[in-house]
Formats: sequence, C-alpha cells, structure tokens
Amino acid sequence: MTSQFFILLKFELLVAVIIFILLFIKLGSNEWKNKAVLRVVNILLLINFIAGFFMNHDGTLFGDMFRTTRLIELQKNVLNLGTLIISAQAYPWLKNHKHILEFYILLLSTLLGMFFMISGGNLLMFYLGLEISTIPLAAICNFDLEKRRSSEAAMKLIISSAFSSGLLLFGISLMYGTTGTLDFSELPQHLNGSSLQLFAFILLVAGFAFKISVVPFHLWTADVYEGSPVSVTSYLSVISKAAFLFVFISVLYNVFKPLAATWFNMLMLLSVLTMVIGNLFAIRQNNLKRFLAFSSITQMGFILVGISGSSQMGTASVIYFLLIYVFSNLGAFGVIAFVSAATGKETMDDYKGLYKTNPFLSWVLTISLFSLAGIPPTAGFFGKFFLIMAGAGKGNYVFITIAALNMIISLYYYLKVVKAMFMDANEQPIEKLSINTLPKLAMIICMSGIVSIGFIQPIYNYIYSLSFGF
Amino acid sequence: MNLSLLILIPLLTAIAILFCKGLKQVRAVTLSGAVIQLFAAFFLWYAYTHERAAGNIAPMLFEDGYIWFASLNINYHVGVDGISIAMVLLTSFVVLAGILVSWHQQQMSKEFFFLLILLSLGAYGFFISLDLFTLFFFLEVAVIPKFLLIGIWGSGKKEYSAMKLALMLMGGSALVFVGLLGLYFNSNFGSTTTFDLLQIAQLHIPVEVQKVFFPFIFIGFGIFGALFPFHTWVPDGHSSAPTAASMFLAGISMKLGGYGCLRVATYLMPDAAHYYSPVIIVLATIAIIYGAFATMMQKDLKYINAYSSVSHCGFVLLGIGMLTQTAINGAVMQMVSHGLMTALFFAAIGMIYDRTHTRMAAQLGGLLKIMPFISTVFVLAGLCSLGLPGLSGFVAEVTVFMGSWQNADKLYRIATILSCASIVVTAVYILRAVGQAIMGPSPLAPLHEWRGEDAAWNEKFAAAILIIGIIAIGIAPFWLNDLITPGTQNIIHHTISTVTLK
Repeated sequence: MTSQFFILLKFELLVAVIIFILLFIKLGSNEWKNKAVLRVVNILLLINFIAGFFMNHDGTLFGDMFRTTRLIELQKNVLNLGTLIISAQAYPWLKNHKHILEFYILLLSTLLGMFFMISGGNLLMFYLGLEISTIPLAAICNFDLEKRRSSEAAMKLIISSAFSSGLLLFGISLMYGTTGTLDFSELPQHLNGSSLQLFAFILLVAGFAFKISVVPFHLWTADVYEGSPVSVTSYLSVISKAAFLFVFISVLYNVFKPLAATWFNMLMLLSVLTMVIGNLFAIRQNNLKRFLAFSSITQMGFILVGISGSSQMGTASVIYFLLIYVFSNLGAFGVIAFVSAATGKETMDDYKGLYKTNPFLSWVLTISLFSLAGIPPTAGFFGKFFLIMAGAGKGNYVFITIAALNMIISLYYYLKVVKAMFMDANEQPIEKLSINTLPKLAMIICMSGIVSIGFIQPIYNYIYSLSFGF
Repeated sequence: MNLSLLILIPLLTAIAILFCKGLKQVRAVTLSGAVIQLFAAFFLWYAYTHERAAGNIAPMLFEDGYIWFASLNINYHVGVDGISIAMVLLTSFVVLAGILVSWHQQQMSKEFFFLLILLSLGAYGFFISLDLFTLFFFLEVAVIPKFLLIGIWGSGKKEYSAMKLALMLMGGSALVFVGLLGLYFNSNFGSTTTFDLLQIAQLHIPVEVQKVFFPFIFIGFGIFGALFPFHTWVPDGHSSAPTAASMFLAGISMKLGGYGCLRVATYLMPDAAHYYSPVIIVLATIAIIYGAFATMMQKDLKYINAYSSVSHCGFVLLGIGMLTQTAINGAVMQMVSHGLMTALFFAAIGMIYDRTHTRMAAQLGGLLKIMPFISTVFVLAGLCSLGLPGLSGFVAEVTVFMGSWQNADKLYRIATILSCASIVVTAVYILRAVGQAIMGPSPLAPLHEWRGEDAAWNEKFAAAILIIGIIAIGIAPFWLNDLITPGTQNIIHHTISTVTLK
C-alpha cells in the first residue's frame, strides 16, 4: 500500500525532492557557483525526465482526489521534457544571474502545481494545482531584475491570472450549487443543461481560455511575453499552455460530455476568432517575442479545431501536436533566448542577414518555424494535419476551410522571418556567436525531435491507444 | 523494381550533400545522384514494359507499402502506371539538365544543390504515391524549397515573387487538403475510412459529396498547374528564379498540378468531373488565349516563356476537361513535352543571360553569330513551343485537339477552335522573340567586341539531354503514347463506367 502510494505520486514526489535539494543548497553555509548549480539542476531534471518512463501505474489516491493513468503520466513527461529543454536553454541567461536557485525553486513549484492540476480528480484539487502553478509563475516573470518591463509583465500576469481565477472560482461554486458535487466522476450525472449550469460552464471555459490565451481572453499574452525573460516566456507559452490544454480536453470530454452540443459551437467560435485575430496581430509584429506570442495564440486556435472533433482522434492529435509543439516552439525560443542573452537583440530587423554570420542558429530557427507552420518533412506537418483532420471528423467543412486558409496566413509571417534571415541584406548583422554546449545540445534535441517524430510511427499509435473520445 | 528507390536515391543524395565540402564535391555528388536516378527511371520504364508485355494488366504495378499511422489507416503506398512513369522520366531529365546548367553555382552551392534535390524528391514521391496522405506530403515537400531557391538565389524582385509563389502554392495545397479530408471521411470502405487512392476509386462516392469536394481539389491542383485566374504566380516566380529553379518550376512543379487534377480530381470523382467539365473548359480556353496574348506584350525573355507556359499548361487542363481518351492522352503528352521544352527554353535564356547580362529581347540581337550553339538551342525550343511538326509540341497539341473534337457539344467545339487559333499567336511571339534576340544586327556595342565563349560542356550536355527528349517524342510519339495509354485508358474507362452506371 505504501509502495503503491509512492509509485502513483512518483512525478510529484520527484519534483518536490528536487525543490528540497535546491532549498538545502540555498540554505547551506557554502555559496555555490552558478555553473555548479546549473550542472546539478540539469542533471536532476534529466533524471526526473528519465524516471518518468519507468514504473507507471494507473490508480487513484486520497479518495479519488488524485488520479493517474498512463496518459496522464505521458502528459507529465512531456512537461518534464519541456522543462529540461528550457532549463538547458536558459544557461547563458542564468549563468550570471544572482538568484538562480530561487528561479529554479519557483519554476519547479509551478511544474509541481501543474502535475497536481493534471492529476486532479475533483474541481477543488484542480483549482489548488492551478494556483500552485500560477503564483510562482508570476514571480519568475519578474526575474530580469533590472528591467522595468519585466516587473510590468509580472504585474500584468498576476492581475489577469487573479481575474481568471475569480471567474473559475465563481464557475466552480455555481457548478457546486447546481449539481451538489465537485467530483469529476460524479459531475456528468448531475448535468442537465439548465441555464445556470450553462452559465457556470461558460465561466469555467472562460477561466481556461484565459490560461491558454484564446481570443477574446488573450490580451495579457503579448505584453507578458515581451516583458518576461525569454526562458520564462518559452515556459509560459509551451509548458503552461500544454498543461492547461491537457486538463481542458480531459474535462471537456469526460466531465462535460453531456453539454457537448453546446461546447462544440463555443469551441468553433472561439477557434475561428483565435486563428483570425492571432494571425492578424502576428503579421504586424517586429519584436520576435511578441511575434511568437501572437503566433502561439494562432496555434491555440488550431488546437481548438482538433479538440472540437471530440473523438479519440481528437485527443490523440492534440497531445501529439503538443508534443511536437514543445520541440518546435522551444527550438524557436531557444535561438531567440540565446541571441537575446548574448546581444540583447530581439527584433526582426536585427535578424536580417543572420544566415551570413550564424548559419547554425538560422537553420534551427528556420526549421522550427517551418514546423510551426506545418511544412513537411518537419513534424509540425503531421501535427497540423491530424489536428485539422480530427476537426473535419465532425463534418463542418466551412470551419475546416477557414482553418486551412489561416494556415496560409500564418505561413506568411513565418516565412517573413525566414526571409529576414536568409534574403535581406544588413549593414550590421548580429556578429558570429559561439554557442555554449548546453543550449546547443537543447537545440539539437529540438531539431532531432522535429525531424524524426513524424517518421517514428509508434509514437502516434501509442498516444492514440491511450486516448479517449466519444 | 522497388519503387521506394526513387525516393531513397534523392534522399541519400541530399544527405550526402550535407556532408560535402566545397563546390567540387557537392556537384559531383549531386550529379552522380541525378545520373543514378535517370538510370533508375529508365530501368523502371524497361521493367514496366516488360511486365505489361508479360500480360500483367493490374492498373498499378510494382506496388509497395508500409503502415505509417495504423490507427488512422494512413499508409505509405506507392505504385506506378504509364502516366507516373512518364512523369518520373520527365523529372529525371529535367533534374539532370538543371544540375548541369548550375554547374558553376558559387554562392552557397551546398544549400543550392540540397534544395534542388529536395524539390526533386518531393516530385518523385508525388508521382508515385498511391496514398493521398503520402501524395499530399510530397506535394508540400516540393513547395518550400522553391521559396528559398527564388528568394536567395533569384534576381529582380525576388522576395516578392518567392513569397507570392509560396503563398499561392500553399493556398492551393490547403484547398487540396480540405478536399482530401472530405474524400477521407466519405470513403466508408468497410468500417474504416481510407486515404488509399485505389480503394477510393473502387467506391462510388455520392455525387453530392463529389460536387462539393471536386472544386477544392481541382482548383487546389489547378493553382499548381496555372489554372486561370490563379496563374499569377507563374510569371513572377519563373522570371525571378535562378535558371535551374525556373527549369524545375516549369518542368516539374507545374506538372504536379496537372497530374493531381488528373489522378486525384478526375479519377476519384468522375461524376463531378463531368458536371464541372464546361467550367474547366472555359477556364482552360481563357488561359490559353489570355496567356498567348499576354506573351505578345512581354519584352523580357523569361517573362515571354513564363506567360507562354500559362498558355501551354492551359492545353493540359483543356485535355483533362474534355474527358475523352485521346484528349487525356494529349494532356499527358503535353505535360511531358512542355516540361522538356520550357526547361530547355529557360536553360537557353539562362545561358544567354550569363553571358550578356540582359534578358530583354530588344537589347539582344545577332546572337547566332556569337554563340551558335546556344542560339540553336533557343530556336529549337521556340520551334517546339510553336508546334513545329517533328518536335514534341506538335504531337502533344494535335493529340489534344483531336481528342477535343471528339466532343460533339457546341461549347466544346468553340473552345477547341479558339484554342487552335491561339497557335497563330504563339507563332507570332516566338518568331518575333527569335528574330529580335537571335537574328539581325546586335544593338549592344560591347557585344560586337565581345569574344565570349559559346556553351561549355556542361551546358551542351544539359541542352542535349532535353533536345533528345523533344525530338524523340516528336519523331516517335508512339513510345510515349504506348507508355501512357493503359493508364489513361484506365482513368477514362473508370470515369465512363461510373457515370453510365448511374
């Protein structure tokens, strides 16, 4: 029984242990050098990621408050992988940072919160996890300590998060009022589609929409992304969104299945809005962080297309896409993080002529952007294809055509960055940068992921076999 | 023969290029890859005729497949009939010629040849795919290299052209994508749905469904094949591209469209093809005539060839739209012939441009005296374009016209007559361009003193390969005809049988 407890809570316990190790290092009498800390942390994260592959069991704990399945474990491990890559990419930024241990402690706390959130079997547990993940996240947005924009970003994030939490809590309480339960397994039987329940449901969806920055709840995204340190931005845009999407899809499909007709229309509307507005704003951006912020909003629109399919293919495609998204988005952010840490340059104009001086970085960014745009042979092609295909299963081809045409608009701005790097002339391009081992390794991991995932067929089939739908 | 070789050879070549150092190694590897591929294509032809002679009447030969995404019933599935083999042969000719023409590519040679090979990989894969997913995958693989090829190594307003081309072609493939999804979800093959081309062909997809998705797929592929009014990427793309990329673009990429219209749209949705046939005919006729007249107004040699490509590719769509055996035969022949002929034309223009640094017909002149070989090539390509008997253009166009005339309908007759008349316009612009650029006195003062060389060995080889193709088809069209007839027969038989069944 006790061993079962440890095995089921394996992911959470491991992250908690790492947090405690870092706390002890912080409290210890010796002052650790940053490089030593980074080495230890990255090794610990690697162990954490590898351990995720072993001893996975389904089960529940704490009277169904906490549940875990193979699929949830896979999702957690995707998050682990992303955190590891981000940590490796943060190397040049963190090696001279004053509060490196605090950064990691806060970062891992958010990860822990997300794990609890994904595993939550109850709306309260879910909310608890969400708050554990949100508050430290706002704190690390502020970690470019000497920049005002960074504090501004943190402030914006915490306020908008508080607002969305408020909506969510309101929704949860109304839901409790109408159904008399907060348990995911009992909720579906009590859903009858009354207008109060629908209102509560809409509040819940709005809370989610805030977190995954779906239009019209996206307004915080660009400012927060631009102000935060690049590593935090990539964490926000990949890990945090992926975690919320995992929960979102599971809640929609399993708990709110009786309201499927309602949320299908909602998702369609939100998705079209998100794709179109995300695209239109992304076209006009010059700062690459803002640009990726808006492009990630568009990507959320595509993901909603997949979720609206509400089939087993839908779940599988969303998770598969997010796995690919981790590689492609982190590949792109990795280059931007590295260039930003080395030179402080972040705009598209600065990247003009990058290929002449830094061919490796240019290719990494290009391939990542191609993957985001969904161009074969990169993995992004498969991800997008299956997402849209899942959506098409519902048979609404007007919606699918809109999605397909939005892919072309998004291609335009991704190609604009490629054009800047390869084709535009620049008097003073970014000088030749030598890349540290860890970030380079992280980029190579991203590249190999992007190139190979589509061709390794067991990956999709494995995810599909674990997926659910109706 | 194992068809996957056709994909593996370019793939291995591309990977090998990444590990090469210096121009010499890169081009040696690229050239050997292209030569091996050419031999493989010829061997495929030989094996195919052998197999057919032995009495194998399966619609597709040398089928090969692997399970890709088992849970979605998506497979890698390849196989060929005569049409695919004709396109594969065309591709290998053009690729080899294109590589030879860019033999002295100095700037970023590694990337240049890598992208060329990647493009050809997409084309080969596309022509032999029998699974719609694989087909779509390769279609898109062939697009993005063009963006980089034009944008980096191009000339003129290259960024604009590259972006326009990439967006329009990807827009086309987005439409194809929606159409394919429509086919997939309406192909209730047993209990599962499928992307398999042969399986979908066996089903009878409801006519209403066909009518919805046929336009998506036909217009989508039509954008690749310069369907009016979606042809606007053609002139800009071709004229800004470097020589080899122009050759690939006209010789290979535009054929992806024609092939897709035939193999996917018409073959899988025969009822809708009949239903929409008048629209296709009208659009194709407009493209033919408009393209011809637009060419008359051009002064830049590359633009002349690009606009004439719009006109010539109109014949392909006209042939497909006519839906008779002869017309479709003609359409396929026109694809092959146009591929070889435009590639030759662009090669000649590229060679002239390399030496004189201008492409304006009015600024050139008297080239025949200075560089007889290149001028002869240019004239030959021009004559093929205007349909001189003995060259491939004549054979293809006459076949299309003969097939079109078999349709007794008034609209079809008028379209055929108008398209025939466009040949006169073609003759006008070709002869004028030849007269200005090749014959007569040279208006450029430096040209008189200029003692530039004629074509180098690599250029001679490149031109020779393409000229052999053109003349072979022109003199002995039955080779090509015999090759493609079983394939087109299969398609036409399929369309007629399903339509009359109804």
